[in-house]
Amino acid sequence: MEYLRAFVVGGALCVVAQILIDKTRLSPARILVAYVVAGVILGGIGVYGPLADFAGGGASTPLTGFGYLIADGTKKAVDAEGAVGIIKGGITAAAGGITAALLLGMLASLVFRSKMK
Amino acid sequence: MRKPFKLKNKVYIAASASAAGRDEAAGPLGDLFDVTDTADNRFGEDTWEKAESAMQRLALDAALRRAGIGAEEIDALFAGDLLDQCVSSNYAHAESGIPYLGLYGACSTAAEGMILASLACEAGLGTCAAVTSSHFCSAERQFRFPLEYGGQRTPTSQWTVTAAGAFIISRERRAGGVLPRVTEIMPGRIVDRGISDLSNMGAAMAPAAADTLLGYFESGGEPRDFDLIVTGDLGREGSDILRDLCAASGLDIAPRHADCGLMIFDGCSDKHAGGSGCGCSAAVMASDVLKNVRNGTLCNVLFVGTGALMSPLTVNQGASIPGIAHLVHITGEEV
Amino acid sequence: MNADNKTYARYAEKRAKKSPVLQNCIRAFTVGGAICSVGHALRTLWSAAGLSEDNSGMMASVTLIFAAVLLTGFGRFDEIAKYAGAGTLVPITGFANAVAATAIESRSEGLVAGVGAKLFTVAGPVIVYGVSAGAIYGAVYFVLTKLF
Repeated sequence: MEYLRAFVVGGALCVVAQILIDKTRLSPARILVAYVVAGVILGGIGVYGPLADFAGGGASTPLTGFGYLIADGTKKAVDAEGAVGIIKGGITAAAGGITAALLLGMLASLVFRSKMK
Repeated sequence: MRKPFKLKNKVYIAASASAAGRDEAAGPLGDLFDVTDTADNRFGEDTWEKAESAMQRLALDAALRRAGIGAEEIDALFAGDLLDQCVSSNYAHAESGIPYLGLYGACSTAAEGMILASLACEAGLGTCAAVTSSHFCSAERQFRFPLEYGGQRTPTSQWTVTAAGAFIISRERRAGGVLPRVTEIMPGRIVDRGISDLSNMGAAMAPAAADTLLGYFESGGEPRDFDLIVTGDLGREGSDILRDLCAASGLDIAPRHADCGLMIFDGCSDKHAGGSGCGCSAAVMASDVLKNVRNGTLCNVLFVGTGALMSPLTVNQGASIPGIAHLVHITGEEV
Repeated sequence: MNADNKTYARYAEKRAKKSPVLQNCIRAFTVGGAICSVGHALRTLWSAAGLSEDNSGMMASVTLIFAAVLLTGFGRFDEIAKYAGAGTLVPITGFANAVAATAIESRSEGLVAGVGAKLFTVAGPVIVYGVSAGAIYGAVYFVLTKLF
């Protein structure tokens, strides 16, 4: 059941993006930025937290989950440390994903070369 | 003033040759290309940019061989491609020792090169060459996304052709039989009808092609006088629009019209609205069309090389895509 | 833009064959949903391996990033993405693919000006606006909770 919830919520978030791409010609880069920012906003106003509890991986895997992580981390850091948390919390919470993507991307460039299409 | 210029001298396309990549070689014109890389489109080089230069060299060498002349007999070479600063052309001919003029006319460069080479011959030079190329992998990097980037293309998008075409243009005529002769040329005007969708270049270029054709037929003649009116890379979308635009002005080109972008990938899957790029019209003209002029199948051909004159920077700034279309009138002549 | 051009742009837009939205949506839903289910399974696995809830979520993302980078390197990711569209773009896999694809492609321009700089072509905006939005939210949250 929890997997079905993850499937449906995650799939639905992808469908929204697909409609945006097909109907508005938004570039993929803009979609990614919009999703992260949307995740921060939805996390901030308290909507994404309950969704994450409901859908698990269905809410944390899409890029909105990345935004939620930033919002949630900022909130916790402000709670714990006050104003410094504003500039510290977000990127701390997102550190794992960012580091993994940058490191693995860099390593990939050493190992692979682009293939003809 | 915009009007066709009739060459007073007899200027011939003494020889032409082409080089092409794997998908192009697998297409309907595959057997007609002189050199192909059916493995990985690298042409033995380690970067895509060098691979594109290699294609230009291979095409030019093949054309020189066919004309039976050496590089030292070329008085001027007109070459261009899609990359910044035309580097594919610059590096391709750096060691050739041929006097070189670099061109940028986007996908219309094949026609632009033919026009300038013909005019140079008209002005008194003996033998000139025009070479252009495009490579999917180098163009994609420059204009769209990295190769491995995952994305979907829209049905109107076009596929940059991996190919090069070379033309030896000369007042000398060595070979017997029928030779293609450049009888008229007409540079196009830049036409911008406000299309800013990078994945609908056909719609951006079609008005320029219509402008050039309508301008050409203002001075007399009609489409049915020609065996073929061939546009460079309008693709399916642009070709349909061009026929519509011409028809709306009372010019019925449909029975004579063909498009290099459609010819090169006809029946191929996954190429969406057809081929594009400098190499598209260059390779199709250098192989299929001119071969048919030489063997007498076609006697009277209008070649309209189309191009889209944007850069990634202007596209990001939201500017619309200006189009251009240059016309070359080629006839088959017994020599 | 003059009226003529507006008419032409409308005409071109209208006659252009549209992307098959319904088919794209079904594929995006299926593949996106499947990736998210895998993400959920990975969270469960990492948590069974003894990680805290936060860390198992992070490691689930890292695992998906690893898989996406690998598929990108082997030249397979774009084939899946051509089918799945937003189904591979929206999950963290799309972000990882954008980073790896630009890195691999710019390798020929060197490790610093090529890989190091171009890697941020897509990742940069995502991080910049994600982090900025987070900081703005943090400031608002701070003002609302600590000062009132």
